[in-house]
Amino acid sequence: MKNVYINSIASISAQKTLDNTSFLDAIEDYETNVLPVINPNYKEYIPPAAARRMAKGIKMGVVASKIAIQESGLDNVDAIITGTGMGCVRDSEKFVSAIIDNDEQYLTPTSFIQSTHNTVGGQIALELQCKGYNFTYVHASTSFESTLIDAKLQLELDEEKNILIGGVDELGEHTTEIQKLVHLVKAEAVKTSEVLDSKTKGAVFGEGANFFVLSNEKQATTYAEVVAIKTYNTLAETEVLQEAIHFLNASNLNIEDVDVLILGNNGDVDFDAFYTTLAEGFKNTQQASYKHLCGEFNTASSFGFWLASKVLKTQTLPEVVKTNNTDTTSFKTILLYNQYRGENHSFTLLKQC
Amino acid sequence: MDALKQELKENLIEQLNLEDMTIADIADDDMLFGDGLGLDSIDALELIVMLDKSYGIKLTDPKEGRSIFESINTMAAYITENRSK
Repeated sequence: MKNVYINSIASISAQKTLDNTSFLDAIEDYETNVLPVINPNYKEYIPPAAARRMAKGIKMGVVASKIAIQESGLDNVDAIITGTGMGCVRDSEKFVSAIIDNDEQYLTPTSFIQSTHNTVGGQIALELQCKGYNFTYVHASTSFESTLIDAKLQLELDEEKNILIGGVDELGEHTTEIQKLVHLVKAEAVKTSEVLDSKTKGAVFGEGANFFVLSNEKQATTYAEVVAIKTYNTLAETEVLQEAIHFLNASNLNIEDVDVLILGNNGDVDFDAFYTTLAEGFKNTQQASYKHLCGEFNTASSFGFWLASKVLKTQTLPEVVKTNNTDTTSFKTILLYNQYRGENHSFTLLKQC
Repeated sequence: MDALKQELKENLIEQLNLEDMTIADIADDDMLFGDGLGLDSIDALELIVMLDKSYGIKLTDPKEGRSIFESINTMAAYITENRSK
C-alpha cells in the first residue's frame, strides 16, 4: 500500500488564511455569534458568466480548489471529493422561499439546480474540465472526514494518483435564524479571544472552504502524511480517551508520541466535556484549538486539518491556537479530534514528512 | 413600448443575475443568446417563467422561444401582442 501525502492546501475562512505565505500572524478579533468568511475577490478566479449562478459556498469552493491545485503544481487532478454538511443552503432557501411566495407556481430552475449538495463538486469539475471520479459526502460533522477516508483508500491502493478533497459550508440567513431559535447558535455575541472559555449554550457559527490535494507521491513541498483516520457516529464521553489510545496503538503509537493534540471544541457548555475529558488524558501534550477563529460548521474540522498541515510543514504553532504551554518545539505527530453535539466523532493522525 | 423594453432589461439583469451589466449595456436589438449576451438554455427556462409570471403568457411550445427571445425588440413585440396582465 502506498502512503498518502498532503501536497497542497487552501483555506477561505474568517481569518486571513487565503494568503498562504502567512500563518495566523494577524488575527481578526470579532465580537459576534455568526462568523462569515473574509471574501476573496471572486472575480479574479471565476469568469463572470460562470459566477452569476454561483452562491457564496460554490464560489468559496471553486476558489479554494483552484488555489490548492495551483500550489500542487498540477494542471488537473484524477478525482474530486467534496464534503459538506448543509450543501448549498442559500440556493435551497431561495428555492423554498419562491415556492412559498409564489404559491407553488412560477418556479425557476436556477436556484433548484444550484441547491443540491453536490453542486460545489460539480462546478469545480466544470471549471477544471475534470471528468474523473466526483463524489460528495454529506454526513454532518464527519462530512470532511468521509472525503478523507475515500481519498486515502483510493490513493493507498493506487487507484488514483492525485485527488482534490475539500470541506465547504456556507451560512444561510434563514437557516441561521432557525439555528438561533433552537439555541444551536449562542444567544450572545462573544469575542473571538473568549469563545473557547465562554461556557454558554451553543456555538459561534461560521462558514468556510478548506481544500487539499492529496497524492501518493511525496514532493519537496509536501505538508504532511495522512497516517490514519477513523470516524464514529456515537461515542460516549467516557469512551473518548480509550478510543484515542486504541486509535494511536493501531499506528504503533502511544499518547507520549503525540506532539500536538488539536481539538474541535467550540465553547458549548453542554458538549465541551468530550474535549476536556480527552485533554486530561493528554495533559503533558501541547494542545491547540481552532473553532474560535473559523466558527462552528459541519466541515469546520477541515480548518483543523489545514491548521495541522501548516504546523507540520512550518514547524510553528501560532500562539492564538495554543490552549496550554509545553516546551514542545518539534512537531512530528499531530492527533486531531472533533465531534459536534456529542455525535459524529473523528480522530485524524498526521505526521511530518 | 419603450417603457416595456426598459422593464424587460431590468428584469433580465435581476432574474438572470447579470451582475456586471447595466441597462445601458443591453441594446434593443442585441442577440440575447449565442454571440450576443451569451444566455443559455437555463436562462431560456427562466425567461419562459418570467413571461408567465409577469405578463400572463404561457408558452406551450418551447420552440417558440427561439424567435421570441431573439432580442429585447422581439420580446417586447410578442408581449405587447399577447399579454393578459
